[in-house]
Amino acid sequence: MKFSRLILANLFRKKVRLILTIGSFAIALVLFTFLAVVKSAFSRGTEIAGADRLVVVSRIGLMQLMPISYRDKILAIPGVKAVTHNHWFGGVYQDEKNFFPQFVIDPEYQRQVMTELVVPEDQWNNFLKDRQGAIAGARTAARFHWKIGDRIPIKTTLYGAGSWEFNLDGIYHSERPGGDESQFWLQWKYFDENAPGPIKSTAGWYVVKLDSPDDAVRVAKAIDEKFANSSFETKSETESAFAAYFVKQFGNIELLILTIGSVVFFTLLLVTGNTMAISVRERTSELAVLKAIGFTGRAVLFFVLAEAVIIALVGGFIGLTLAYLAIPVIGLALTGLLPPLILSKSVLTLGLGFALLVGAASGLLPGIGAMRMRVVNALRRV
Amino acid sequence: MVRVDGTGKSNSLIQVRGLDKTYRRGGEEIQVLQRLNLDVDKGDFVAFMGPSGSGKTTLLNLLGGLDVPTHGSITVAGDEITHMSGNKLTQWRARHVGFIFQMYNLIPVLTAFQNVELPLLLTKLSKSDRRKHVETALGVVGLADRMNHYPRQLSGGQEQRVAIARAIVADPTFLLCDEPTGDLDRKSADEIMELIHRLVKEFGKTVLMVTHDPVVATRADTTLHLEKGVLVEGKTSRESVMAGGAA
Repeated sequence: MKFSRLILANLFRKKVRLILTIGSFAIALVLFTFLAVVKSAFSRGTEIAGADRLVVVSRIGLMQLMPISYRDKILAIPGVKAVTHNHWFGGVYQDEKNFFPQFVIDPEYQRQVMTELVVPEDQWNNFLKDRQGAIAGARTAARFHWKIGDRIPIKTTLYGAGSWEFNLDGIYHSERPGGDESQFWLQWKYFDENAPGPIKSTAGWYVVKLDSPDDAVRVAKAIDEKFANSSFETKSETESAFAAYFVKQFGNIELLILTIGSVVFFTLLLVTGNTMAISVRERTSELAVLKAIGFTGRAVLFFVLAEAVIIALVGGFIGLTLAYLAIPVIGLALTGLLPPLILSKSVLTLGLGFALLVGAASGLLPGIGAMRMRVVNALRRV
Repeated sequence: MVRVDGTGKSNSLIQVRGLDKTYRRGGEEIQVLQRLNLDVDKGDFVAFMGPSGSGKTTLLNLLGGLDVPTHGSITVAGDEITHMSGNKLTQWRARHVGFIFQMYNLIPVLTAFQNVELPLLLTKLSKSDRRKHVETALGVVGLADRMNHYPRQLSGGQEQRVAIARAIVADPTFLLCDEPTGDLDRKSADEIMELIHRLVKEFGKTVLMVTHDPVVATRADTTLHLEKGVLVEGKTSRESVMAGGAA
């Protein structure tokens, strides 16, 4: 492109300013990407939730338990293919900071319901035979460098003081991209035998596999009606609705992220817009000369926009590269506090789009000013 | 042959008829040019003189299509420019006018070569053709050996030579010079005027120049004075100086 030399020469006119502007873009992009990744982490449960699964919890609240006898009653409802039940174990490994979700599972139906969480057959069989057996998600196993056969003590304050010890019999992987590989599964029978009296023969929640996603509303209604007016009324909803409800327990994450994101966007827009305005004002006479010798107003607008967009793209690229390198490290440091942080292609594309949008917007006003500038007036100001 | 009475030949290169220019400043109307006529033939070298605020630069801006008159017409090489749209006028300027400014107005981040090349970027010339044209133009102004220098590495006189090379590189119909020596010392000013004179005599360029300097004006074939918004034809510049009165 024959104008590239002119655009690049103008771009490098004030090197310190260029570096600072690109730097502000890069930092804003790191922050933007991190926020987008956190948002995506919180909403992933909703995105990857099975359309053909229901979650049944106590109508009173998540922490309220339900009788284990509900499993067979739910299984008898037409449209239900399988039912599994879970308990929240709520322990930590060695230290408070080593938190990860531990679920007491029902081995009989776990694999029929959670089909995307795959355990190799031999490992699963060992788990079934081992009352103290446990299965860890690949991410958690990697985090603590566990290998099959390891003895793993989990401290819990919910079910008596002290540690419960488990044998790691298997490691599961998620077949869905971005699926949760941080869980730790325990045998329900072993848990039930050792749990305090009021906890025995209970389930924290049920997960129901449907014959067809089309049955979701009907079956949910049927389950809740079945246990209506009992001591343990239920609330059944689709897994995605449950995931969304669960995320809301943390507060309005989406609004928080949107607010911070908007502040970042407008601050960056003001900073770069001001930089571009100063840059254009500094060379008013040069732009006037370009117009005098035959460059059209649109050409001048193009030069200003091109500069702004190049700054945005370079800053954006650096920011995204930094985010790409930093997010796995941050994710590791925040394991247990936040869901897994995954920098997806869509977030990278969104980041680049964000950079382009801010770049174009910041160059637009000064560019239009330069386009409309009257040559005679501009030359008179020299 | 330059005429200011509106009786010039119909095939004059530049033909100005009944030109008015009025500015509004704070509700007050200031008439800068009044019913101005001018005929300039190809190869003429005309200097415009007059006191500050007399409208010399305004006239130059109107002739260069940088400003539009309140009334009247300007025809250059058969094209009436006063009714052209903004974009068409911009294209016309690129093809017909070479501008030389008092402050040179080079782009400081471009080399002499790149500055001179600017008007050619608007043409369909290939890169190698553009290079040939630029080298020729810089050769004419005697700066072929400085083509890779940036403006800050050149003296004022050299910068103005680069500006002249930029003005002539696309071979425009005429050159407009606004105080081309106003920022130069006498020696550099003489060199620049010698160069402009050479462009007229050797290359047949048509030059219209605004100047305050009577000595500079002597290099023109004709000096016209702007008085109360109209041009007054005087003696040729050389005759004027020989007679002892420059302006």
